Amino acid sequence: MATSAVSRPGGRETRDSVVIRFAGDSGDGMQVTGSQFTLETALAGSDFSTFPDFPAEIRAPTGTTFGVSAFQIHFGGTDVMTPGDSVDVLVAMNPAALTVEMSDLKVGGTVIVDTDAFNERNLKKAGYAKNPLEDDSLARYQVLKFDITKLTAEAVKPHGLSSREAHLCRNMWALGLLLWMYGHERTATIEWLQRKFAKKPVIAAANIAALNAGHAFGETAEMTEHMVGYVVPKAAVQAGRYRTVSGTEGLAWGLVAGMRAAGIEKMVFAGYPITPASALLHTLANLRAYGVVTFQAEDEIAASGAALGASYAGALGVTSSSGPGIALKTEMLGLAIATELPLIVIDSQRAGPSTGMPTKAEQSDLFQAVHGRNADAPLAVLAPTSTADCFDIAIEAVRLATKYMTPVIVLSDGYLAHAAEPWLIPREADLPRFPVTYRTDPEGFHPFLRDPETLARPWVRPGTPQLEHRIGGLERDYDSGHISYDPDNHARMTKARADKIAGIANDIPLQSVSLGEDHGKLAVVGWGSTFGAIHQAVKIARDEGQNVAHIHVRYLSPFPRNLGDLLKRYDRVLVPEMNNGQLVKLLRAEYLVDAEGFSKVTGKPFRVTDIVQRIRGGAPPPSEGSGLGGEAG
Amino acid sequence: MTVTTVTDAQLAPKDYASDQEVRWCPGCGDYAILKAVQKACADMGLVRERTVFVSGIGCAARFPYYMSTYGFHTVHGRAPAIATGIKLANPELDVWVMTGDGDGLSIGGNHMLHVLRRNVDLNIILFNNEIYGLTKGQYSPTSRRGTRSPSTPLGSIENPVSACAFALGAGARFVARSIDTLQAHLITTLKRAHAHHGASFVEILQNCVVFNDAVFENITGKEVAPDAQVVVEHGKPLLFGKNKEKGLRLKPGKLELEIVLAAPDVLVHDETNRPLAQLLAALEPPFPAAMGVLYCNPATSYEREVVVETGGSLDALLNSERTWEVVP
Repeated sequence: MATSAVSRPGGRETRDSVVIRFAGDSGDGMQVTGSQFTLETALAGSDFSTFPDFPAEIRAPTGTTFGVSAFQIHFGGTDVMTPGDSVDVLVAMNPAALTVEMSDLKVGGTVIVDTDAFNERNLKKAGYAKNPLEDDSLARYQVLKFDITKLTAEAVKPHGLSSREAHLCRNMWALGLLLWMYGHERTATIEWLQRKFAKKPVIAAANIAALNAGHAFGETAEMTEHMVGYVVPKAAVQAGRYRTVSGTEGLAWGLVAGMRAAGIEKMVFAGYPITPASALLHTLANLRAYGVVTFQAEDEIAASGAALGASYAGALGVTSSSGPGIALKTEMLGLAIATELPLIVIDSQRAGPSTGMPTKAEQSDLFQAVHGRNADAPLAVLAPTSTADCFDIAIEAVRLATKYMTPVIVLSDGYLAHAAEPWLIPREADLPRFPVTYRTDPEGFHPFLRDPETLARPWVRPGTPQLEHRIGGLERDYDSGHISYDPDNHARMTKARADKIAGIANDIPLQSVSLGEDHGKLAVVGWGSTFGAIHQAVKIARDEGQNVAHIHVRYLSPFPRNLGDLLKRYDRVLVPEMNNGQLVKLLRAEYLVDAEGFSKVTGKPFRVTDIVQRIRGGAPPPSEGSGLGGEAG
Repeated sequence: MTVTTVTDAQLAPKDYASDQEVRWCPGCGDYAILKAVQKACADMGLVRERTVFVSGIGCAARFPYYMSTYGFHTVHGRAPAIATGIKLANPELDVWVMTGDGDGLSIGGNHMLHVLRRNVDLNIILFNNEIYGLTKGQYSPTSRRGTRSPSTPLGSIENPVSACAFALGAGARFVARSIDTLQAHLITTLKRAHAHHGASFVEILQNCVVFNDAVFENITGKEVAPDAQVVVEHGKPLLFGKNKEKGLRLKPGKLELEIVLAAPDVLVHDETNRPLAQLLAALEPPFPAAMGVLYCNPATSYEREVVVETGGSLDALLNSERTWEVVP
């Protein structure tokens, strides 16, 4: 915990920011616990960043290390840009959670355990020869041992639950205690429980009782020196109405906003279930009232085909997947490029190759997005920097796809998809407007007539009289749109397709420097979800007096037109990426800059310290251990 | 497919032809199919701007280029998926999928299965020539065992798929078969397919003059045709032969057909009877091949069941669930 002067307003100590990790079995409800803690944190006015980290197995065997599900939240008054490198408070509902999550706990940090779960069977499953609560293995930490199982059972007793049902309320007891520790309210959680269990009032009441009991336990338990309450200051943020937003929600709502901005009546979102992209399909499936048609296709190929067909017919065609599924869409992307139709492709990247680690994030589809197609097949590639930016980037993707009649790939990732942040809610009236014009004039029409400025061809909806025409994947004549195998024409068309995408660089913001000067000794260049970690690391290094700047690239194809010149104004360029070095190679190839790569491919986001150490020139700190992957779709 | 409500009775078959030179091999069965489709369009008065022909890859897939309607020549086997997207975007369009045995049953077999089971309102016309033409003569999924081709020099050892049996198995609610050379029957069949609301599947036996010439001669040959084809019609007995002297009936006590000399117990075709359609679709020599509408039993089509509205307030959406106010 970043500790400021120890003061105790109302008997509470002040903390600038705190990192809490809830960890337990996949069936222990840790994601729900974390989400509710997040909501109460948001309502208390703190800034926050979350990191849900769960196994691919739906229900891994109870008590096993590979079945541990965790939810981390970093909250505080200032500089909360990542879910936090290391953990101040670890809530471990069983021995497996303790052993898996221990390595991220700060020395001197707090562990809260349910003693009841530390029985011989669970200890054995977690690989403990001896009970760590009974020897000195946790001596470096503050260990708060409570029989949460028993305390919960007592709290819910009046409601007559079975022992199994009572056991499922443990997470609410732990949540109640943590809410007390940080002085948060319980109101929103109580309301949520009442809504969630509206048809099972007894279960709702029992969970509320457990929540209240955990809270009361903090309030009334004998205060030990470790068992104190804290206050975390509110964040100084822009005034306005806020909510939490996950990357998935940001993308879904941004797509709807983009469709509105373009004046398009209908979106056809076609997907095929795949981790971690399915959440977008689920979210959009509930937006029928906003002109959204969702289509669960028979496979990834059909999903991209249906989306392209919808675009051909004048709707906004959107498809989504993760790396392995995007690979299957490659052929359709080629057709979209050849026929010059708008198409939005959302890629929630995960660790690979092949099935890889479905629930673990990576940024390793950059090459696939930019270059992964047969022939010369350019398209636009964008990457959001945060969950809130997912909203803006989706709108931008719609703008570029419709204005330039091109597929646009948005590179999100498994971390952004599930993480959440506070978000200043935009007003529809303040959103950009870029209405599309469908061609209706038959005068001088042919389907590949280009706009002299954008080089985009006209968008014609079937149903428009006198504009009947044929398009397809075969090369077409520049001047008539008819099939052509003429050699010079193909060269001309290849160049036209390339020029069109390259020209987008004139229609996007110049590359800015997120932090620091526009020249100097070192530029740390990132893209995508690593924004927070890089930004924080550069800030720390600058506070230490280092000459370093942070540049974050949102437009990956084409690059902003000043990017090359900008990079050349630094002595060194360092490119941290959650892949084996992809942006670094694109930058080197494009600009002949001697950029250095810095890879992290553990399936976990960069820690701020990883990047700070690298900036300082030291060896990267040891990795936090191998990620626990698993098998999943 | 529904009949479009607006018609243009003035248009002649030639008005449905585009200005592009037709580039199939001389003598190809596709010419006859193109002619039949254009005639059917004219007869039905299809509105050109509301009609879309979608195709995948192969000889048949060139079809959209030769029509004066909207056309989308897409990629291998994917036309059903793209056509589904078109119907989801605009259910009012009259969408045809032109495919072949390789495109529709091999590389695109999965899409064909699902577009039929979903019952998307499309006219799906499958040109079956039992060979890969555009790629120069390899065997296809409908090629008979023993078919010699560049990729099967010793003859194919694979069992062919029956297009109509596949369609019925996939849950198609309109399945018909015709022949490129049976011009009048083909036009009638296409009109029936178009009148059907939902996915209509028509298999057309089509002769590839270059790589698989006369492969259907045992069905279409002038001499053998009367005995080798049974043209089915709803409500009429399943009779065939030069003088309609032969008929099909259920073998007593078994779920199979047998040939009888015209007798009172010859089956009467009921196109709403799926098991009968399956028996007819699967007929092989020495039985005659069944031509006509084997099955027609409409149900609400997929795109009509999709629920979508417009006009929901984005502000309301973004402010749904918990929000909080930060005051200056």
